[in-house]
Amino acid sequence: MKNKDKFIIAKKNYSSRLIVGTGKYKSMKECAKAIKISGADIVTVAVRRVNISDKNKPLLMDYINPKKITYLPNTAGCFSSDEALRTLRLAREIGGWKLVKLEVLGEKKTLFPDAIETLKSTEVLTKEGFKVMVYCNDDPLMAKRLENAGACAIMPLAAPIGSGLGIQNKINLKIIRNQTKLPVIVDAGIGQASDATQAMELGCDGVLINTAIAKAKNPYEMAEAMKYAVISGRKSFLSGRINPNLFGSASTTNIGII
Amino acid sequence: MRKKNKIKITVNGKQTIINSNFSLKNLVDKLEIPLNKIAIEYNREIIDKKKIKKILLSKNDKVEIVHFIGGG
Repeated sequence: MKNKDKFIIAKKNYSSRLIVGTGKYKSMKECAKAIKISGADIVTVAVRRVNISDKNKPLLMDYINPKKITYLPNTAGCFSSDEALRTLRLAREIGGWKLVKLEVLGEKKTLFPDAIETLKSTEVLTKEGFKVMVYCNDDPLMAKRLENAGACAIMPLAAPIGSGLGIQNKINLKIIRNQTKLPVIVDAGIGQASDATQAMELGCDGVLINTAIAKAKNPYEMAEAMKYAVISGRKSFLSGRINPNLFGSASTTNIGII
Repeated sequence: MRKKNKIKITVNGKQTIINSNFSLKNLVDKLEIPLNKIAIEYNREIIDKKKIKKILLSKNDKVEIVHFIGGG
């Protein structure tokens, strides 16, 4: 089971089903250490202007080696298709990245994705040769449309980005999982280890976590907790759980009772 | 006289004064930015980094230089 259970995105095999975001840490050093502990081999990164007035500002690449860990450029902060396309085309130019995470936000309060702009961007990026992992709402119909538009992974939210509310719609996530052959990675809203386990127990293929680790009182311990939560949830899912029963069933035989 | 040899361009939203004969490569070198860690947009067009030597900067040009930072 161990060896056959592969986590494949865009034809590439990854060892960890936990993807970690690199934002919100106190320092790059803390970020790099937490990622190492989490065991993640994919990390999301954002594209921003170089600080031209402070040349000594540390660079992410000095702390997290893109040759050892897969950088997944995202479009954090983009509120239109044009902005997202511009960002990912630039990301590709930095170093040939084709695997990207698309997120086009609809409004600032909930940070919910704008489904129409997201779909539009997915179509364009796919035509341009990008492998697009797409952040979306937990809507099975939209997930299907994104798949048809050429997405290489579906990334439905558990709850709003950074909210830590945990999975709000288990049923929808399960439907999304069951209707597609693409990897389904729960993205956004994870608050604690049990949320990650629950996502995996629903059959999802992976989990993306940023705030829950970066903003935990102890990010290192939480990174480790998430690592095991994902492994545990996956094993639990694959092991075939017992049927839930309304009544008790004794664990010990009555034979030989005194 | 000396002032004539300088031009104003915008780099990452900031007005910057450079020598009028500067290429995009000269600008990147002056800013001491490692080329393998960035992407460049020149007047809204993404530039192949191999070709920046050939692009001569002119007055009011807009240059964006981006890199990866932490993000979720």
